[in-house]
Amino acid sequence: MNTAFTQVKGLAAPIEGRNLDTDQIIPARFLKKTRADGYGNFLFYDLRFDTEQQPREDFVLNRPAFKQATVLVCDENFGCGSSREAAVYAVADFGIRAILAPSFGDIFFSNCLKNGILPIVLSEELLRPLREQLARAEKEPNNVADLEINIDLKQCTIQWPMLDMPIKFDIDPFWQECLLKGVDEIALTLGYLEHIERFEQSLQHTQPWLRP
Amino acid sequence: MTALKQAPRSLFEKIWHQHLVVERETGPSLLYIDRHIVHEGSFHAFSTLRERGLSVRHSGQVFGVADHYVPTISRNPLDAATPEITQMMTRFESNMNWSGAHYFPIHDPRQGIVHVVGPEQGITLPGATLTCSDSHTSTHGAFGALAFGIGQSESAHVLATQTLWQTKPAGLRVWLTGKRTAGVSGKDIILAIIAKIGAAGATGHAVEYAGPALSALTLEDRLTICNMTIEAGARFGIMAPDDLVFEYLSGRPFAPKGPQWDHALQHWQTLSSDLDCTWHRHLELDIGTLAPMVTWGTSPEAALPISDVVPDPAHTQDVHLRQSMHEALTYMGLTPGTPLNQIKIDRIFIGSCTNGRLSDLRQAAEILTGRRSKVPGIVVAGSMHVKREAEQEGLDKIFKAAGLEWREPGCSMCVGINGDTAPAGQRVASTSNRNFVGRQGPGVKTHLMSPAMVAAAAVTGCLTDVRALIQA
Repeated sequence: MNTAFTQVKGLAAPIEGRNLDTDQIIPARFLKKTRADGYGNFLFYDLRFDTEQQPREDFVLNRPAFKQATVLVCDENFGCGSSREAAVYAVADFGIRAILAPSFGDIFFSNCLKNGILPIVLSEELLRPLREQLARAEKEPNNVADLEINIDLKQCTIQWPMLDMPIKFDIDPFWQECLLKGVDEIALTLGYLEHIERFEQSLQHTQPWLRP
Repeated sequence: MTALKQAPRSLFEKIWHQHLVVERETGPSLLYIDRHIVHEGSFHAFSTLRERGLSVRHSGQVFGVADHYVPTISRNPLDAATPEITQMMTRFESNMNWSGAHYFPIHDPRQGIVHVVGPEQGITLPGATLTCSDSHTSTHGAFGALAFGIGQSESAHVLATQTLWQTKPAGLRVWLTGKRTAGVSGKDIILAIIAKIGAAGATGHAVEYAGPALSALTLEDRLTICNMTIEAGARFGIMAPDDLVFEYLSGRPFAPKGPQWDHALQHWQTLSSDLDCTWHRHLELDIGTLAPMVTWGTSPEAALPISDVVPDPAHTQDVHLRQSMHEALTYMGLTPGTPLNQIKIDRIFIGSCTNGRLSDLRQAAEILTGRRSKVPGIVVAGSMHVKREAEQEGLDKIFKAAGLEWREPGCSMCVGINGDTAPAGQRVASTSNRNFVGRQGPGVKTHLMSPAMVAAAAVTGCLTDVRALIQA
């Protein structure tokens, strides 16, 4: 079930690397935990920790400026690969509320929407300079505000320090409303039960072999 | 009033429209799901249902197959790599019993990898919508099904409602021409397509494979091509079903029978794209021009013909691309300019939902007959059914004589989730579908290729053009 999502104002972390797959977001060996155990510690595990389980100081989310990040600014085809929803559990449990990328793995994108994470597609022309700006801002720690991103889902606008004015982003109105209201999708669908039953009756007639 | 002529539709659109429960003008519509397959990783979906007091709407339309976590050294769950993995199988069994779904546990003669079992059991049917909480569900599109991988929340939604909210993807048609040459398989065709369009090349699309070359491809080749369509970013791969598909399905346990078979067949013969339908994108490939392919990097798009050399990032204009190539080569421990056929390997893996079918094993065995593997490795049949057939043909004896292990069916080293991984730093020639960083174990370097190419690599100890061994 989703928690309502309206606005995010928070620190953004740049995640470099094309085709960052869900195996890297959460390695397969961590896929046995129950949801209640929490998945935040597994996020980017092999990138974040060395073979002795010690944090790799150079990994972006281990660096002081980005430890509290709530927005990830990523590269092309983020979350491609396996359908493991645990990749999104790890992102959510780490405290991330939104991900910006030029493109996403289709299944990862869907999984985000089911877990109250807002995936936003923006051009690489916009995002690459943003990632570079974030990396630079880290080295000038007196200006934390430079790392902040402001996302308004109601208005579909996003603002960060380098931009003169907020820019619009696209999201399907159906998913926008689901996120804004924290809609319980199963409950929503069960509201269409009559439609489903009618469809099943007709399918029984047209393609009866489909329902063994 | 004159009747409006129906707009031409693609095969995908036809099946899509036949399954619309609630149609919305834009964005997602409510799509009916005919068949849903789950594996041991489904515990999140079942937890959701059980916590909320929901039940499975139609257990007869749900199939549970143990594949991701099962040990391959035996059929005993207690032989799993860790007690935690054994518990995954126990939990799955409890959820299967609770749901009343069709259940193929580890010791069942029908057990195997979900995407091998689906077609084998006739669960996969032309014109059906089929989901599974696994990205390689695109496999089933080779039979003309609208099949796609979903996450756990979507799986819970299907279990509870037998539907999903889905946005119709755009259409991308890949038109295959030409005649493939010896040593070139379905794996080489799909690796060439992914290399051409990139790992995100088909994101947001349903890919339909068509063209004169398609009918000459075996069912196994077609399944392999649809299987790895997800590696080009598309959730769906689909092909118009033909007589080869219909003959294969006839008599399968969950396929229609008697008069219903005739009725189904009549419907299935209508399942192809209208000639004048439009495509968002179109791509052509002459498969006659292809050579056996291998990957050199950490994404399936990093694939080249075996005759090529490790690419040099310095030749890439884009700084960003250059950086990502450099990182891939560092992880893979490769130097630009090295001929691909000089890369030494430490281990091989033959199996997976991509290449664990009987013809895959036959192709590997043909190369290994009378030869020894220079490296250790495992051969994992895609299903119990495949394993029995392979043993009847004596393929197991060929693999064992070559020095390889003959294992029980499961996903095994393709995903490494059951503990079948390679030691850190090793280089593996693999018939699986993903060469991602750490996929086959932390620090493990994976090269993807066809079963015959893996067998050739085993024989020589380095990546090898299998065509040299076919002629020998």
